[in-house]
Amino acid sequence: MAKVKVPRKSTTVDMTAMTDVAFLLLTFFMLATQFKPDEPVQVVTPSSISQIPLPDVDIMNITISEDGRVFFDMEGKQYKEKLIQKMGEKYTTTFTPQQIEAFSRLSSFGMPFKELLGFLSLKPDERTQVKQVGIPSDSLNNELADWVWQARLTNNNVRVAIKGDGNSMYPTVAQVIKTLQDKKVNRFNFITSAESAPPMQ
Amino acid sequence: MAEIESGGGGHKKGGKKRGKKMSTRVDFTPMVDLGFLLITFFMLTTSMNKPKTMEINMPVKEPNEIDQTKVKASQAVTLLLTGDNKIVYYFVNAVTGDPETPLITNYDYTNGVRPMLLQENRKRNPVGVDSIPIYKDMFQKNKIKEDEMKQHIAAIKGFKDGLIVVIKADKNATYKNLVDILDEMLICNIGRYAIVDITEKENELITLANATKPAIN
Repeated sequence: MAKVKVPRKSTTVDMTAMTDVAFLLLTFFMLATQFKPDEPVQVVTPSSISQIPLPDVDIMNITISEDGRVFFDMEGKQYKEKLIQKMGEKYTTTFTPQQIEAFSRLSSFGMPFKELLGFLSLKPDERTQVKQVGIPSDSLNNELADWVWQARLTNNNVRVAIKGDGNSMYPTVAQVIKTLQDKKVNRFNFITSAESAPPMQ
Repeated sequence: MAEIESGGGGHKKGGKKRGKKMSTRVDFTPMVDLGFLLITFFMLTTSMNKPKTMEINMPVKEPNEIDQTKVKASQAVTLLLTGDNKIVYYFVNAVTGDPETPLITNYDYTNGVRPMLLQENRKRNPVGVDSIPIYKDMFQKNKIKEDEMKQHIAAIKGFKDGLIVVIKADKNATYKNLVDILDEMLICNIGRYAIVDITEKENELITLANATKPAIN
């Protein structure tokens, strides 16, 4: 009896199609990713059923941490450069070009204006070590009001977004709202995370 | 295909002698490995849901009290947000103008503040409030345009004898409480509400309500 020879088949699989898909997905995720800037404080926002998305441009962020510290940030590098110069004029402080550059790259910050000069001279990795005390926003020394006002002078179309921690106490929030109203900002947004709407009532 | 067939093709005897063909196949496996590794990384780091926002419109501050809008007593309910996720609410007696007995409720959506607000709102504007879901339904079935729906709903919410909610928070309330109650305004289709500073008298009402502990609802 002659042996039946089973023909050997190649075990190589054509990977081309899989590679195509893999890289297509890779490209998509690379483009869709936005890296979060370093925030000086972690904030857990409360949820709401509101569906209005937060605009990317023309926005200033006021962050309220759980322990009641207030932080400020403004979108747009070119606006931040102007903003720090205007604030410098108001508080008769001059900033070096390096410090202005450092400020425009900063994400949100929270400290009295007089501490800002020293903070901007630090190296980026040293800045994370600094414990930020928050922008003074009480009636005695309301620097937040100046930041808001100068930010509006820098960019006319700017909108205010308040990002508060769910557990921060109401008086701090009320103080921030009062500051905004004093500066004639009567329209602002609360940043919330999404939540599904209840069945129609 | 990215591969070029080489070799095979039957036996030709006595053909021209050719140089040995090298295989043009490339092993893609490491590249695919790398590709999927990067995909995994980006998938895990990407946060797809952008934060949502809630729009708040505060009234322009009037420096003298005479110019401030007075709320008709019979159509207003005052919600006092306080600690422990509680809400003390009271109505104002239309005849005497004095606040009625404060009641305590919470943020529970089945037996807390929501049914109360829905009921009060419907009581004052029965036709309008009941037609909001109808308009929304019509929009979903493409019978009316979005602008049209919004216009109708805005008209209903602006009904001048409808419920007005005055929101006041005391020092024990949290920011979450405020956002939650503003959310309830959206859910209960209440168009007219205001965030106002709490008064000393209302702080006393909260203390009173906490001391007497009236039953919820």
